[in-house]
Amino acid sequence: MSRKFRRRNRSIAGDVTLTLFLGVFGLFSVWPLVFIINNAFKPLNEIFLFPPRLFVQNPTLTNFQDLAIIVGNSWIPLSRYIFNTVFLTAIGTAGTVIIGSMAAFPLAKYVFPGSKLMSRLIVYSLMFNGTVTALPNYVIMSKLQMIDTYWAVVLPAVGSTLGLFLMQNFMVQVPDALIEAAKIDGASEFTIFWKVMMPLSRAAWITLIILSFQALWGATGGSFIYTEKLKPVSYALSQIVNAGVARTGVASAVTLIMLVVPVLVFVISQSKVIQTMATTGIKE
Amino acid sequence: MKAIWKAHKEKYLLIMPFAVIFITFTVIPVFASIVISFTSFNMLELPRFVGFRNYIDLMVNDDVFLIAVKNTLLFALITGPISYIMCFVFAWLINELTPKVRAIMTLVFYAPSISGNAYLIWKLIFSSDMYGYANAWLLDYGLTDVPILWFDTKKYVLPILIIVQLWLSLGVSFLAFIAGLQNVDRTLYEAGQIDGIRNRWQELWFITLPSMRPQLLFGAVMQITGSLSVSQISMELAGFPSVEYAGHTILTHLHDYGFIRYEMGYASAIATMLFFMMLFTNIVVQKALRRVGV
Repeated sequence: MSRKFRRRNRSIAGDVTLTLFLGVFGLFSVWPLVFIINNAFKPLNEIFLFPPRLFVQNPTLTNFQDLAIIVGNSWIPLSRYIFNTVFLTAIGTAGTVIIGSMAAFPLAKYVFPGSKLMSRLIVYSLMFNGTVTALPNYVIMSKLQMIDTYWAVVLPAVGSTLGLFLMQNFMVQVPDALIEAAKIDGASEFTIFWKVMMPLSRAAWITLIILSFQALWGATGGSFIYTEKLKPVSYALSQIVNAGVARTGVASAVTLIMLVVPVLVFVISQSKVIQTMATTGIKE
Repeated sequence: MKAIWKAHKEKYLLIMPFAVIFITFTVIPVFASIVISFTSFNMLELPRFVGFRNYIDLMVNDDVFLIAVKNTLLFALITGPISYIMCFVFAWLINELTPKVRAIMTLVFYAPSISGNAYLIWKLIFSSDMYGYANAWLLDYGLTDVPILWFDTKKYVLPILIIVQLWLSLGVSFLAFIAGLQNVDRTLYEAGQIDGIRNRWQELWFITLPSMRPQLLFGAVMQITGSLSVSQISMELAGFPSVEYAGHTILTHLHDYGFIRYEMGYASAIATMLFFMMLFTNIVVQKALRRVGV
């Protein structure tokens, strides 16, 4: 994209106003993130300072050292909890993206018996609140003997319709001509899915990775996983934090640690979203 | 049957893995909940069929539910459209920036959504004593003599919840719009310039928005489901139950019956009612969105 191209149809006054607008709202939005980062390095007396200060005065690593001591004494090694989370998140995210996209392609590009019904069910299911379905869900899981396994967290995440609905709405935009051309070349639907649809909806599935990762990373397993060594790290850390006021410093360190990975995933993925299509877009 | 399978075999195979998981873990539980909504079910004894009684009770005998509906609708009517527009406007403005700045700004705006329950900071701002930011500020400027009890005063609860929700707006739809903007065919803009498009606003209305119709539809569904199912921020900030039910919503009502009173039949009826409200809103909004860019 050339510099000249970007400037088309843009007035300087408009640019200045909009930049100011973005700046003001940006400060407003980024505030909690700055707060969390600063809090993690505050000594206890600064954390309990009221009214709280945003920026740390005497940065310290005490909170992290305290956390290391607590974690070091834990009954089940922290590495096990971390493994659980990484495993859940990786399998769940990969499953959501691949299985969801596979189903999104035919629903977005073809009409065939059952396709309308399926599309409807997907939108409708987004509108039914999860709190009351938790009970029937638990019954189904226990009948399938999935309670207290990773699958109890992974499969419902994969079966959630948000990802499919997102992919479906992006795949609609892929020109039919490209699919026809691939068919003339003798490609099967699977090949078209992998070689045409996925590359052209990259921005969408990268976004889906972010959403899925974020949801699974914070998953505690709730009532579906009860064996201690199968619990994810967010559960273990929340137990540490729940021990009371004495752990307030440690809690702020925990908050930062739990946030670092999703933020990294977010930044890396977002820059990929932006790079993918920066020059092309989708054309007929 | 066989002919259909033969003609569309590959399509069905592509859908199959998702369909199996989706039907097992989403469709069946939803239907089960709808069935439960016609029963009286306390989770200890077996459900007892009661016909439409839960629905009739809900609409005729439950005054608190009516308050919840009123609050939810007011809340959704304000936050839904504003959040939706904010998501689009910010995505669109960010799209104008250079790639590096853009990646940073996306994180900046998405920060409230990625920081877990960072909205609890609003508790500090609207803390009831003189140390809460809002009170400290009002006292400093002499706008009030005594600290205001924000979450204990009926008239302040809903407006504060609305502000917090707006602050949380830039979530899923925002990311979908950012991704959608990358898909817009750049040559359309050049062609548009030749056709006499003079400024960014015309470009937005005649080129960008029509090119993003699928993403706009997606965002609308997200916004409808999100703004009508507010509960957590209400329970965390305004408490549960909130003062004179000022922050009571359909979902907090559901929470009350589902997890405190264990009346699952009644709770399921609430969920079903909410479902139909969303369905109806969705039909209206989708109709309106068809008129974009024409």
